[in-house]
Amino acid sequence: MALLEVTDVHTYYGNIHALKGISISVAEGEIVSLIGGNGAGKTTTLRTISGLLRPQHGSVTLNGEDLHQYKAHQLVSKGIAMVPEGRGVFARLSVAENLEMGAYHRNDKDGIADDLKRAYALFPRLDERKTQVAGTLSGGEQQMLAMARAMMSRPTLLLLDEPSMGLAPVLVELIFSTIADINKEGTTILLVEQNAHMALQVAHRGYVLQTGEIVLQDSAKNLQRNAMVQKAYLGID
Amino acid sequence: MAQLDVRDAIRKGLLAGVIALGLSVIGMVEAFDQRDVITDVFSLGQLLLFAAPAVVGFLVVKGRDIRAYGPALISGALAGVFAAIPIFLLLMLTLIYPGLRAQLVNVSPTLIGILTFGSGQIVGGLLLTAVMGVLGLVGATTHVIPDRISDPLVLGVGWTLLIGVLSEVLLNILRPLLPRGVLRFLFGTKGITLVTAVILLVLITVGIAWWRAQGRERYQKRIAARSAVQVANARRTSLGAGLLLLLVLPFILGTYLTEVVDNVGLYVLMGLGLNIVVGFAGLLDLGYVAFFAIGAYMMGILTSQGDLGVGGISFWLALPICVATSTIAGIILGTPVLRMRGDYLAIVTLGFGEIIRVLATSDLLKPVIGGAQGILQIPKPEIFGFTILQPQHFYYVILASVFLALFISSRLRDSRLGRQWMSLREDEDVAEAMGIHLVKTKLLAFGIGAAFSGLAGAIFAARLSSIFPHSFNLLISINVLSLIIVGGMGSLPGVVVGALVLVGLPELLREFAEYRLLLYGALLIAMMLRKPDGLWPSPVRRRELKAEEQEKLMMQAEGLE
Repeated sequence: MALLEVTDVHTYYGNIHALKGISISVAEGEIVSLIGGNGAGKTTTLRTISGLLRPQHGSVTLNGEDLHQYKAHQLVSKGIAMVPEGRGVFARLSVAENLEMGAYHRNDKDGIADDLKRAYALFPRLDERKTQVAGTLSGGEQQMLAMARAMMSRPTLLLLDEPSMGLAPVLVELIFSTIADINKEGTTILLVEQNAHMALQVAHRGYVLQTGEIVLQDSAKNLQRNAMVQKAYLGID
Repeated sequence: MAQLDVRDAIRKGLLAGVIALGLSVIGMVEAFDQRDVITDVFSLGQLLLFAAPAVVGFLVVKGRDIRAYGPALISGALAGVFAAIPIFLLLMLTLIYPGLRAQLVNVSPTLIGILTFGSGQIVGGLLLTAVMGVLGLVGATTHVIPDRISDPLVLGVGWTLLIGVLSEVLLNILRPLLPRGVLRFLFGTKGITLVTAVILLVLITVGIAWWRAQGRERYQKRIAARSAVQVANARRTSLGAGLLLLLVLPFILGTYLTEVVDNVGLYVLMGLGLNIVVGFAGLLDLGYVAFFAIGAYMMGILTSQGDLGVGGISFWLALPICVATSTIAGIILGTPVLRMRGDYLAIVTLGFGEIIRVLATSDLLKPVIGGAQGILQIPKPEIFGFTILQPQHFYYVILASVFLALFISSRLRDSRLGRQWMSLREDEDVAEAMGIHLVKTKLLAFGIGAAFSGLAGAIFAARLSSIFPHSFNLLISINVLSLIIVGGMGSLPGVVVGALVLVGLPELLREFAEYRLLLYGALLIAMMLRKPDGLWPSPVRRRELKAEEQEKLMMQAEGLE
């Protein structure tokens, strides 16, 4: 059985029918990528999974457990961590404090210290800037911090919303290689990206969203070769 | 070399003049003239009036960094003279049009007397212009002559004037300690005597000059030479001395000043509570006075021996009930405003504060809380057969409450809950994504914040023996918020400093009372421009502002590359 199962989800913003019956499944250990243009419903899907939005129809389950019986803040302890779009670091707190906040709901001091070490190993840049105020980090460093902070809650499923947004190409490469590293250490990842090219390189499987519906799903390799995807998202004619 | 800039000097001089004119026509100069700084020589009103040319003379020279004597003195004098012109024009206007007072009520003969040194509009006006020119010159001089001479002099004059202004306080403290003859020698009817002023000026100036020249170095050497044990001992000694001072303070200060300190203490209590809501959790609450009122009314109803008292229980039994009621009220207010942020939250809480005030004055609740007549005959608290009656007795109740609130605040700040509040303040959405229960966190902030205020209200009621609805107006909320801003958001020592400055000082200088709001406004603007992190900022705020500076420096460095 898949780790995350999204079944026929309909989500509305007021009267606007944003998600029209989305079904996604993510197996343990996978990187799954949702790609699509602006307004396709990628972020809405993530927000629905993380409980910030409630669907009118359909269900979201993690390990078979219905997630919508929980409030958004309870999902962290269920093993879901989300890195919101635009990074959202606590701008006025230091890097170390931001990471500590990530482990907020945990009580095991030793485990937290271990994970802190692991986070710094994953992102050596953050180790150098431990005491710096997060708001003064560069965009790429803030993205790293947001990801490292999400990892501090020891999630089984990591939701990433547009991690490459507004970053220099070098940093995009670095972020994506780190995503692959995190996945290798055993965290399942659901990734939402406009940069389909990079997303499909690291992902195992992918879904293509258009105006609130899934129009295509396949392995990442096949999607990369798909003519429609190439034309619409990869810029290959 | 910096050039003489006539236009700059005139512009700034006129600006200072307009300020001096403004202070005169709103009546501040006249009101403050009641208080002598140096008996029969120099009043606070004159200080206010003459500060303008001296300061502007200094600023004009400093702004252009003019170091040569010639240009500096000319621009200083020029600025000083132009600072006199607006007032000079006013004086001329009173000659041409004697009915001016119908429009400007504060332009009284007394004010004109002050402005003209009692010698008629034309002669006096010219005299005033000359004096202000000289003061501008003096201001400019302080920048030109070497710092090692000007610094002690300026500080000496400043401290002497400050002591003069606060002479009443000093007199109150010294009265039981010194023989009457000595007191009469040191203090005049109002303010310090000229002899005292001269002695103080010489002592302070020489002292500071010596400190600058030698003392500081020696002191630093001695500090550096201390061992760790000595440092720890010194800290313990100063801490003990501070505590001892706090304990004996009412005996030193006497009844009136202790009353002032009691007031400051109640504001510190409220400030600590609001600091949790605004400073820690970042929820702007403008209706904070409501909880103060609820605490006070609860105390009134529970303990009053008048018609309205229902409980007739003791102060100590009622106290926790008052605190609990306020806490519940805080949570009740918090619940509907959970989804509000920023300005909207401020507006709704403002409304809540008004609702409570209107309820207190309403006829609807008159049978319960007395309407406009309030609740009377609230008994003074008793402890082991001893009645807490005097301000000096209440001082200890308030001191204990403040210490309790300080302790709770500091523990909360460093706790898990404190972290929750901090992340809530920084970013609600991210906080929720971190797994923080927003509802619980916000309600706890409102509840605990309200509890402190309820405690303050309960003590307030017992201290005054009677409460009236007009004691609980919006101004109290604004005062408490202002003192947090002035002290430094989220900073515990900042709350104490803010309360001393905003509540203590105006009480000491009663002439301020009428202009209190004006001064608040001026002070807040000055704070935002000069020290936006407050007088005693919390470490987080301090670091954040430092980070901005670092960033600026980094950007400049990058720009240079």
